[in-house]
Amino acid sequence: MSTRTAGLGALALAALALLALVPRLGNAYYLALAISLLQYTVLATAWGLFSGPTRYVSLATTAFFGVGAYTVAVLGEILPWPLVLLIAAALGAIVAAIVGLSTLRLSGVYFVIFTFGLTELIRQLVVWFEVNKSRVLGRYVFVNITQADIYWQLLALTAAVFLLGWLIARSRLGFALRVIGEDETVAKHCGINTTFAKVALFTISATIMTLVGAIMAPRWTYIEPSIAFNSMISFQVLIMALLGGAHRLWGPVLGAVPLTLLFELLSARFPNTFTIILGCIFLLIVYMLPRGVAGLFEKLSTTSAGKTTQRVAT
Amino acid sequence: MTNAILTGLMLGGMYALIAMGLTLQYGVARIMNLSYGEFLIAAAFASHWLFTGWAVSPFVGLALVVPLAFALNFVIYKLLLTPLVRRAPNRDALEVDSILATFGLTFVIQGSMLALFGGAYYSYSFLAFPVQFLGETVAVNRLTALGITILLGLALYAALTRTRTGTAVRAVAVDPFAAQLVAINVPQASALTFALGGALVAAAGVLVSTFLTFSASSGVVFTMKALIVVVMGGVGNMLGCLVAGLALGLSEALVASYVDPGLTLAVNFALFLAVLLVKPAGLFGRATR
Repeated sequence: MSTRTAGLGALALAALALLALVPRLGNAYYLALAISLLQYTVLATAWGLFSGPTRYVSLATTAFFGVGAYTVAVLGEILPWPLVLLIAAALGAIVAAIVGLSTLRLSGVYFVIFTFGLTELIRQLVVWFEVNKSRVLGRYVFVNITQADIYWQLLALTAAVFLLGWLIARSRLGFALRVIGEDETVAKHCGINTTFAKVALFTISATIMTLVGAIMAPRWTYIEPSIAFNSMISFQVLIMALLGGAHRLWGPVLGAVPLTLLFELLSARFPNTFTIILGCIFLLIVYMLPRGVAGLFEKLSTTSAGKTTQRVAT
Repeated sequence: MTNAILTGLMLGGMYALIAMGLTLQYGVARIMNLSYGEFLIAAAFASHWLFTGWAVSPFVGLALVVPLAFALNFVIYKLLLTPLVRRAPNRDALEVDSILATFGLTFVIQGSMLALFGGAYYSYSFLAFPVQFLGETVAVNRLTALGITILLGLALYAALTRTRTGTAVRAVAVDPFAAQLVAINVPQASALTFALGGALVAAAGVLVSTFLTFSASSGVVFTMKALIVVVMGGVGNMLGCLVAGLALGLSEALVASYVDPGLTLAVNFALFLAVLLVKPAGLFGRATR
């Protein structure tokens, strides 16, 4: 087992080193595409980190992404970059903890409803604050960050997410979450502090999403609430995580990579009917692949394993 | 002050009407319908089209749109949602599946409306003259909408409590398994209730379109308010729907006129959380666990 883990780790490091060379190719289009791929990979994996084991559907990806992007819009020019990222992450964590503490003690539906409205709520609050207090709606982001810098930051975050997910799955917290996902009542009777476990993981997942928003912000030179809080991101991330299969750490990537490429193609070819196509793809996934591509792999491997054992028995 | 309260009551009546259909769909058919607001906007567009294109009064439009919505929602339940009901091993699984499926449906409907009508805001002028009511000036269309809302609410309440089918529907809401033991056709009752909920939201859409401006992408706000009202009032409870709707409308109108119109959504959520922290099952709901 440990040699296998070491092998996988070496493989991951090699892949990371290879991926880090992408900006050296010097092709702006591929770099932009690679940034999109990494963005959605991190978002979908972070989504799966919480929603996979607990089976609580979070629709608030955009809310956290937007908090990160807007923090950069406000503070980006005033403070040094690492400090801006730190503040964005802290803000995201605070929002997530408040939302988690107030809704995750209750049943899952309330959580869904609240996350469904959270994006709209935060956007309204931001607009209200900008109109009444700071009196600017829409801000320019002039920070000294190149596309390659964005790419490397996202790559580092990707590596961090996978490492974090791997560590959580091996910790007491990860085990507690799997029990909660199977049966919450049983989890409570085993003496698991279900609220703490859920809120902790939701906060971790949301902080990562906030960081993605903050890192991506310099890509736009102009940010206003309707750009930062675009509900399409929640939807796309949800589709990707579901297609890949959120119950595995590596599941969401399997959805994020093909769908990012597909969306890139579709939004260029059919800008007017893009939303309809997206909805149809999503429905197809919900009906045909309820456990995602990862579930499909597992099914295939278990059936083939079943056949071998049968053959041995006969 | 009277003006704010009157506005709040009318707004609250509208919220109660909007939420009535959802409380049926969620309480009885157990479908958490996130595309609910899109159906409302679709009905509003239908009414707009009938009125501006064919000079059909929204009252006549109501008689056309509502049966159509009933049939459409029946088909949607049978085709799209029955497979999920069959597949789900328990109620929680069905909830997650229905949330996902209707979330996808939201984007299909919204995208279709955007393609048909564009992103612009629509409205039309119908019965838009003012009258004196309780010493305040109000528009006739809002009053008429409130009147029809009250009629619809009473009719629904009577149908649920006084008829045999209504009793069967309430039995399914309490326990779908036990309802089968007393010879209630649960799949049929669920499908009919879901369709009835769809018909109600279509009626709400037609009425709302007479006095509000709407756009292809404003469905989400209605879904959210309906969800808040339903959960706050207690799932499947008509009286709870009414009280929660009125409370939401009143708080919104008071905040809009005394604090800031930009903070209405924040007040909605604050009220929602405050109620749930005190009574997790909603104002009139029974605790399940």
